[in-house]
Amino acid sequence: MPERIIVPFGPQHPVLPEPIHVDLVLEDEKVVEAIPSIGYIHRGLEQLVQKREYTEYVYVAERICGICSFIHALCYSQGIEHIMGVEVPDRARYLRTIWSECSRLHSHLLWLGLFADSMGFENLFMRSWQLRESVLDVLEDTTGGRVIQGTCKVGGVRRDIGQEKLDEMHRALDPFEQNCRDLGDVFLNDDTVKYRLQGLGVITKDEAYDLGAAGPTARGSGVAMDHRETGYAAYGDLGFKPVVETAGDCYARCAVRVKEVYASIDLIRRAIEEMPGGPIDVKVKGTPDGEYFSRAEQPRGEVVHYLKGDGSKHLARARIRTPTLANIPPLVKMLPGAQLADVPVVVLSIDPCISCTER
Amino acid sequence: MAFLKRSPWILHYDASSCNGCDIEVLACLTPLYDVERFGIINTGNPKHADILLITGGINAQNREVVENIYEQIPEPKVVVAVGACAATGGVFRECYNIVGGIDKVIPVDVYVPGCAARPEQIIDGVVTALSILEEKRAKMTGAARIKEDARHAEQAGEST
Repeated sequence: MPERIIVPFGPQHPVLPEPIHVDLVLEDEKVVEAIPSIGYIHRGLEQLVQKREYTEYVYVAERICGICSFIHALCYSQGIEHIMGVEVPDRARYLRTIWSECSRLHSHLLWLGLFADSMGFENLFMRSWQLRESVLDVLEDTTGGRVIQGTCKVGGVRRDIGQEKLDEMHRALDPFEQNCRDLGDVFLNDDTVKYRLQGLGVITKDEAYDLGAAGPTARGSGVAMDHRETGYAAYGDLGFKPVVETAGDCYARCAVRVKEVYASIDLIRRAIEEMPGGPIDVKVKGTPDGEYFSRAEQPRGEVVHYLKGDGSKHLARARIRTPTLANIPPLVKMLPGAQLADVPVVVLSIDPCISCTER
Repeated sequence: MAFLKRSPWILHYDASSCNGCDIEVLACLTPLYDVERFGIINTGNPKHADILLITGGINAQNREVVENIYEQIPEPKVVVAVGACAATGGVFRECYNIVGGIDKVIPVDVYVPGCAARPEQIIDGVVTALSILEEKRAKMTGAARIKEDARHAEQAGEST
């Protein structure tokens, strides 16, 4: 039997923008076991609910993670609205959907770039991030912020998008979609990408389900779970079918995200076309008293905000379960059997967001 | 060594930030902002780096890692704290696990404001850091020259 050695991976590692530490137990070049240890970004912001008013906490919720920021704020706001029985106006629901999908677009394009970088495909990395900038331009134009938007609030949204801007966005979608399809074509059909990804880091449907995988990691293995199907915000009106692949390898997870980019563009297009008129927010009076599990679909999977109010202006407890936390057990299952050189690709294939995980 | 500032190498580390500033740091490297045209290169190795771009408010577990990385970067080095959290702890300053500001752990030369800091601001911060890097380098060269001159004088004294 070959001698076993342990190679530390992270916390400061060139391929990851965020710190996570994994001890890789190797036999020659082959990984036999992966032992993750986390805690480098734990800030303890769940406890901040006791120091911030429930309306202010939206800003903190938004800063759980700078990539999924809007959807965190949305999930938190929906939870409070449910506890307080607030009915959000239709236009606000549609605007929330548009911004959610813009967040998903920029997150997926960011991930596609980082993934290409982990494969050593530098050109594709630059191309993905170049496309992502046009999504950020729209976000900046409509909300004022590139990565942290600050437009979602309890009872609606803070800013409206004028009809002129909506028309402009609608016109820009076609050329943008063409660019995305050109980019996606490389990810889906290029031989070097296929050679590198197919059969790598396989996780079967049953394993993914048993280990509680979320988002594209689960959908890449054939588990058709997408929280947008439950129809929060305007997803119920627009109709939505989850994107599913069955192979369960890195290529399948990549394909799910590429196709979700197309699906997001389609959702934004239909949301703009069906945008109702009317107010964008309602006045919220009183304080939350009660508890609720609020759920939403992030680019990385399902996020859960458990919120409990006791009738004061501060919440008593918040608990946030994020998709990457759910995806770490599947990752530990994927790594054994991979070559050391493939470890960055496999780790990135779950789209790890450590800021979310550790809160 | 005077050409150091024409191609500074950057090490980026996320010390308990929300990721927002980190993706903006990465955005600086990509086609729209493209800092590589200034010779600025992102490196993963502290021993190759001149500038440490650091984000976030540092938590208890990260503290040691940050100190370790800082010590590994060779002199002259400049630290740029990116974002509100890196300056004061920002929105997380009251969290129980946040030390609050990079300057509580390592010395900081440039602060870049913003939550999240914009790529233009980050590039501006790096450009400011370059002149500080040049100053530090000149100071080191000056100190080395004085030392060298003293050694020569000593040797000259011995030989006569």
